[in-house]
Amino acid sequence: MADIVPLLKAEHLTMRFGGVVANDDITFTLQEMELRCLIGPNGAGKSTFFKTLTGQLVPTSGTIAFRGMPIAGKASHEIARMGIGIKTQVPNVFNGLSVRENIWLAVRRKATPRQQGPAVDAVLEMIRLTDYADSIVATLSHGQRQWVEIGMVLAAEPELILLDEPAAGMTDEETFHTAAIIREINQTRAIVVVEHDMEFIKQIAKRVTVFHQGRVLVEDTVDKVLADQRVRDVYLGKKVAA
Amino acid sequence: MDKRLRLALQAAGTVVAIGAIAIVPSVIELFGLMQLTLFAAMSVLALSLAFIWGYGGILSFGQTAFFGLGGYAYAIAAVNFQDSTPAILLAIAVPALFAAILGYFIFFGRISDVYLGVITLTVTLILFNSVNSTSGDAYKIGKALLGGFNGMPAVPTFNVPFDPSTVLSPEQSWWTTAYVLLGVFLLLRLLLALPAGRIIVAVRENEVRASLLGYDPRLVKCLTFILGGAIAGLAGALYVNWGAFVSPTIFSLSLSAEIIIWITVGGLGTLLGPIIGCVVIEYIVAYIGSQQLLNSNLVLGGVLVVFVLLLPKGIFPTVRDLVMRLIPDKKPKTNGRPVPSAAPHPAGAE
Repeated sequence: MADIVPLLKAEHLTMRFGGVVANDDITFTLQEMELRCLIGPNGAGKSTFFKTLTGQLVPTSGTIAFRGMPIAGKASHEIARMGIGIKTQVPNVFNGLSVRENIWLAVRRKATPRQQGPAVDAVLEMIRLTDYADSIVATLSHGQRQWVEIGMVLAAEPELILLDEPAAGMTDEETFHTAAIIREINQTRAIVVVEHDMEFIKQIAKRVTVFHQGRVLVEDTVDKVLADQRVRDVYLGKKVAA
Repeated sequence: MDKRLRLALQAAGTVVAIGAIAIVPSVIELFGLMQLTLFAAMSVLALSLAFIWGYGGILSFGQTAFFGLGGYAYAIAAVNFQDSTPAILLAIAVPALFAAILGYFIFFGRISDVYLGVITLTVTLILFNSVNSTSGDAYKIGKALLGGFNGMPAVPTFNVPFDPSTVLSPEQSWWTTAYVLLGVFLLLRLLLALPAGRIIVAVRENEVRASLLGYDPRLVKCLTFILGGAIAGLAGALYVNWGAFVSPTIFSLSLSAEIIIWITVGGLGTLLGPIIGCVVIEYIVAYIGSQQLLNSNLVLGGVLVVFVLLLPKGIFPTVRDLVMRLIPDKKPKTNGRPVPSAAPHPAGAE
């Protein structure tokens, strides 16, 4: 039997912007169906890492393999078609279109015309925007637009879901709902979540990777990471100590 | 239902348009009819930019490049074949091919919006100067003398398909031009209602999101650009048919700018607005041209400033919003429409 190919494997990934090294020799492995949280202070390179994974940036050096296939440097739409979906940090939605059209655009890549209607309705139900289906996205609140984007990512049914700060700007109740959805999706799919909200992380996390100054500082179970003195020093600070 | 009412209104509008086009020659004298034929040909040109700019988010400053190529392709082919049928097809195919080549380098080269404007503008100037310097017997394609600055006179006008001996009368030319305009309008309406149309609008709305969902924005924009080029080329053939004449001024920058003014005045992000804008502006320009009091460019500039400052959405969307406000509305005002419409701001300005 061959070795199990990990879902995602990034090796020695480096991303330089001029003199700034945003990602420095990162090696990161994700198994099928895994739920991983990425934490770290601002500027640690989490979003840059996501951008190289989704083809929005071409890494300076290093390799990324998705189920064994190299994807570093491929165009975003090619990577998306292979099955990686992302909710970006700044919401990327189709502002001039209705909520339904936004979701539909994500659904139609995989569903047959007959499946599209029910699939869109199911996603609208899940993100709780059924009542706003015909509203233009630009007229919605920031939190609702976050939902629209999460809905689009889910609707495309990717194999790997990357969520960059999914709970930003949400109320406690909405955050709780997000955590529930993430746990549900994780029954069938792998997810990587970047988040600053430690309560949220505690709700969902199993394994946590800590980024610091473009490098992986530590990678372990959530309890060990939260107890780690280095992590407390560079990131958590008084948040957990208090 | 809102959707059904809209569809019924559109169907009724189409029937009215078909009828109106049919009876125009019997109520308007020849001079007026010729003028309307010109406006209809120009409206096809307006639609080509209305589509790629208003829905595709591609602001081309050189839509006349395709218009002119279509006009010249038609003229050269018509002189050689002495039959307008293949000439009209070439007037669509040549600009489409040129748009494909130009679009490939612009969109797959990831050239930003500003440079897209510069490149399309420059291409128009290059074509103008190239064609302008083709005086003399050396410059001929087949039997067709290009004629440089003087252009090509006495271009055969449209004939009944595959029957060169039966040339269309001015009335028949009007019907052809006006029905082509209606046909292009309906074709674009249909396209925009189909999934392909919504993808085009989605790419305009957010290229990053579109690509992260697996759509290739480069390809979508390139295809939009090609369709726009083909329509502009067809408009060129209609224009040459109207005047039986083509000269390098068909590539002129002032015409390129005028198309943008038609759309700004009529309403960006709609199809009907640019036609209205085209007819209104062209009528004003023609009227001013017939008297000596004012300079038409001065008036055009004034009209543009007034619209940008006071009616930034343009005539058609403003009137539509007013009518919508007058109709008692039970539903929330953000009702979805079957066809995605106006961009909240000119997409090219980003």
